[in-house]
Amino acid sequence: MMGIFEKLGFRKASGVGEAGWGHTLIVAVISLIYFLPVLMIIFTAFKPSAEALSVPPTLSPTSFFGLIPDQFVFTPTLENFGQVFNRVMVAGSGPESTGFGGIGGYFFNSFLISSVSVLLALIIGTLASYGFSRYPLKGNDTYLFIILTTRMLPAIVVIIPIILMFRVMGLSGSYFGIIMLYTAFNLAFTIWMMKSFFDELSPDVEDAARIDGSNEKKVFFKIALPQVKAGLAATFVFGLILTWNEFLFALLLSGKDTRTVPVAMNQAVSSGGRGTDWTLLASIETLFLIPVFLVTFFLQDHLLRGVTFGTVKK
Amino acid sequence: MSLTNTLPAPSLFSPVAHNWKLALLAGLAVAVLTAMALPARISFWIIFAMAIVIAAAFATNAYRRKYYGGLLVAPAIAVLFVMNLFPLLWSLGLSFFAYNSNNQSIRFVGLNNYIKVLTNDIAAPANWDALINTGMFVVFTVALQMVLGFFLAMLFAKQFPLRKYLLILVLTPMMLSVVASGVFFSYYYDPTFGILSYAMGEITGNQFILMDNKAGAVAGIVFTDAWMWAPFVMLLVLAGLVSVPKYLYEAAAIDRVSKIRQFWTITFPYIRGLLMLALLFRTIEAFKLYDLVYILIRGGQDTKTIAYLITEIANEQNKTSEGAALSYVILFMVIVLTNLYLYLANRRNQGA
Repeated sequence: MMGIFEKLGFRKASGVGEAGWGHTLIVAVISLIYFLPVLMIIFTAFKPSAEALSVPPTLSPTSFFGLIPDQFVFTPTLENFGQVFNRVMVAGSGPESTGFGGIGGYFFNSFLISSVSVLLALIIGTLASYGFSRYPLKGNDTYLFIILTTRMLPAIVVIIPIILMFRVMGLSGSYFGIIMLYTAFNLAFTIWMMKSFFDELSPDVEDAARIDGSNEKKVFFKIALPQVKAGLAATFVFGLILTWNEFLFALLLSGKDTRTVPVAMNQAVSSGGRGTDWTLLASIETLFLIPVFLVTFFLQDHLLRGVTFGTVKK
Repeated sequence: MSLTNTLPAPSLFSPVAHNWKLALLAGLAVAVLTAMALPARISFWIIFAMAIVIAAAFATNAYRRKYYGGLLVAPAIAVLFVMNLFPLLWSLGLSFFAYNSNNQSIRFVGLNNYIKVLTNDIAAPANWDALINTGMFVVFTVALQMVLGFFLAMLFAKQFPLRKYLLILVLTPMMLSVVASGVFFSYYYDPTFGILSYAMGEITGNQFILMDNKAGAVAGIVFTDAWMWAPFVMLLVLAGLVSVPKYLYEAAAIDRVSKIRQFWTITFPYIRGLLMLALLFRTIEAFKLYDLVYILIRGGQDTKTIAYLITEIANEQNKTSEGAALSYVILFMVIVLTNLYLYLANRRNQGA
């Protein structure tokens, strides 16, 4: 198991210690209990829609060799996932016009808007944090505090003027508007996080490179940036999780062509006054969870190392 | 580290590209004139263009003088200004006017909106109730998140087989959309179909309804929020736990320091900073609690938070400027609290 240990990025000297399969068993039970509400959403996605609200609630697709009584077992089906891409939403008219059919268009929007805005924030924010860290301006700390303040505000404080501003500028319902908005919301977080990484690096290496004749561009790209990879990954994951699931601004500011999946889910909750479509909602969420789950899983090592590196002093 | 050289600044009225003072003066003058003379739809774009001219002058100046700091932060500042600070200032201005988004009428009323939301016979008691509710949610959700997150982090601090795969299970609630988790928790809590009522009914034999009183409703909301965000706290605490150098524990073991003392003297100093950070972020977030209150109970059982009330005032009743005034009262409180918190945290760090 040492392999995984090193892959997770912990030095052997870190004070974690090791435990055996006994500990695994305890943690597995607790983790599964913690995961249970998510598991029930995923199972609901496979339920026949008539069984969504059965009493007693059906819990599992198999009886696990007789462990679970038959009354709690349902027969899994894939029809809900077919619905996700075939059924046209009642309340919205978005998907037909984008030509993806069903809710597929919303998924495309979510992918486009989240990935572009998180990456944009990462690029702009990393440059800015390098600037704040290496070339402090007059009143550097004041700028940084104002940037943090934008993060402190309840979204509701800014949403009214943003709606008005978007309306005046003709940005409501456009990709450009919502992407720039999410970029701004990710920026504050990105700048603070990345600055703490750059602050941890020793500037001596960069100065040495300068003396050897590297220009500022080369110092940034060849020397500073490779050292903060873990930080970039951690910031990317946090930004992605927040943007991927953002609901309030998406609901109020996206037009019929730019609606994201959380908005579609909200429509599945209240589609045409027929009450919540549980199985549809569950299957949308299950599909929606997969990308961000995979990204987090594969960047998990960096995530932990990133947080440690960025905040714990030498 | 200073790489700036000393080029002479251009005189105020020389029309060169890097004369940002002239650009600023001219830009402001044009902006004020257009704002007064032309309708908002047109003047907005002219002001926007002026802002770009001023920014370009700044950038040219910074480039010419090798102000790399200014150049690097300029794009970020520009985006933040347009998308965040500008709307903020706008809504601050709006809070001094009587503005109704239905009929587009606007009238200066000074501090009236503030006086209204804080002292009006009808509105003020509801606001104060919402404020107390918000405070209660902040305390309960953050406390539960810290406890749960801390407990989970302790579990995962050791290295053990399959750790990576179990960790991702615990992190998943954080990745759910709040719509889905909120709606599904309202199903779990449902008196007729929900699993909670079913299980409690089977055990006690009585019908069990969680959300039929305030305590139950608050418990339901707090639990859902804490369940979703405890993994965030866990991640930060875990990062602190694994950063403690092992030799400290070895030395302590040789000196026969008890486990409890080891925790307070070795482990805790390493995680304190991260705990503070988690506390700060989660408190700020908890002040914004709106979606779960809406999805789980639609603000019933006297659980309306301040964010809920602002949304209601500004959105459903179209009293935009009153909503803005109330927002600024809250913003002021959050800023004071955050500064107090940062001040105390800093003083402790320096003292230690």
